Amino acid sequence: MKRPKGDAFLPVIGVAGLLAVWWLATSRAWVDPVLLPSPVLTFEALWRGMVGGALGEDFVKTVVRTAASTLIAAVAAIPLGIVLGSSERLYRSLEFVIDFFRSTPASAMFPLFLVIFGPGDETKISVAAFGAALVILFNVAYGVMNARRTRLLAAKVMGASRLRVLFDVMLLESLPQTFVGLRNGVSLALVIVVVAEMFIGSQDGLGHSVFEAQQLFEMPRMYAAIFAAGALGYGLNLLFLLVERHFVHWSGK
Amino acid sequence: MSAAQQAVPLRPEAAQPLNNAGKRPHVTIRGLSKRFDSTVIYDNFELDIPRGELISVFGPNGCGKSTLINMIAGLVRPDAGQILFDGRRLDEIKFGYVFQNYREALFPWMHAFDNIAYPLKVMKVHAAERRARTEALVATLGIKLDLRLYPYQMSGGQQQLVSILRALVVEPEILFLDEPFSALDYEMTLFMRERLQRIFMQTGTTTVLVSHDLEEAVFLADRVLLLSRHPARVAAFASVGAARPRTDATLTDPDFVRTKAECLEVFQREVRRA
Repeated sequence: MKRPKGDAFLPVIGVAGLLAVWWLATSRAWVDPVLLPSPVLTFEALWRGMVGGALGEDFVKTVVRTAASTLIAAVAAIPLGIVLGSSERLYRSLEFVIDFFRSTPASAMFPLFLVIFGPGDETKISVAAFGAALVILFNVAYGVMNARRTRLLAAKVMGASRLRVLFDVMLLESLPQTFVGLRNGVSLALVIVVVAEMFIGSQDGLGHSVFEAQQLFEMPRMYAAIFAAGALGYGLNLLFLLVERHFVHWSGK
Repeated sequence: MSAAQQAVPLRPEAAQPLNNAGKRPHVTIRGLSKRFDSTVIYDNFELDIPRGELISVFGPNGCGKSTLINMIAGLVRPDAGQILFDGRRLDEIKFGYVFQNYREALFPWMHAFDNIAYPLKVMKVHAAERRARTEALVATLGIKLDLRLYPYQMSGGQQQLVSILRALVVEPEILFLDEPFSALDYEMTLFMRERLQRIFMQTGTTTVLVSHDLEEAVFLADRVLLLSRHPARVAAFASVGAARPRTDATLTDPDFVRTKAECLEVFQREVRRA
């Protein structure tokens, strides 16, 4: 499909539009400047915070926590998902439990995890890992269960053993769905980490940064921290998409 | 009594009873029975498949054409009966199977070349030998395909050709194809028939092909196995005399047209027998 020239710039229009409206709203004083500082002040705060400022350190903290919880979740959930997915009876018997906890807001688990792990990093990371693991587990099991029957038969008809079918076919068949789980999992982990950083006795992280700036009425700094969190979420999603496109090149084809 | 002897020879001058042909049957099917729920698909079915011939299986919808080759190839377990290949069981022979749905049968994470070589990996052949044997097969058959492509980068016909090569790489004693060209457009189907015929002429592998297109079934076959409605019987096991290589001209050859018409007659008789 051929696209008209200049279509690559279409996404810029939305960004430019948003900035224009924002700038107008502040310069014409449509909105209380305490609630909405000008874009210039906000990006100034973002720049100063990220380059050698406290915001940069908070950003790194949040990245580390999110990465750690996603990694733990993936290591725990992927093998378990494969085992669950390759036995339909096992999956059916655990489906309700998984679905129930997957539907439970992970934030409701904070107090419990606080009691177990105390107010440190362990609680934030383990709650986020818990939430992400269930999402990943569900998707991996689903991917394995929905492996194309013809492909499994093709391997079987060549005389492949059950173990070979599992490693050579089922695992690869489930990869596209596994990546769906990883992308959803990392997004959820970020949400949980940021919320945890806001409340439970936190000293750092993007959530803490947003909350502290709001408490001190430093609105440009608060918006800067929000944008930093947004950029992190978008970047993580993009990273997983790029990794997926590289390793699961056949996805959707 | 074998099925070949029961079969109605359409053209007695062309039909060669197996026991007189000087060849032993390759596959012997005895007492084969299969039911799905309450439907009896096969009831004490018997058939001899001759060696080195291409057999097309044709019959009314739902009569169990695919079920037959799937039972022979071990994909579907029969309720009763025995299928032997020169007196050996399926797990003692090498065979190839080509699925209708090439898109779902090939492995999209492997290049075409590795797809073709994969059955050798299952057989624990070393990498260097896998490569050599795959290259030799492609060269022998004169296949001109870029095998460094992934299946999804190829046309449907090319993908099915890769599937056929994958089935052939183990040097099978028998090759099964389940409606291999029915997902392809007509132009590609004609091309692929021609390719399959050339491959068959070169390898001489006993081949069983399920088809839902009578012209294709007759064009490719040494014998057309016409099945009745279920429970399936051998309605006819018709020899096709036309010399190979068959070409577009064969399609209008009077002998060929007559064989096709006779098969059609048997088919329609079986369809009407409700």
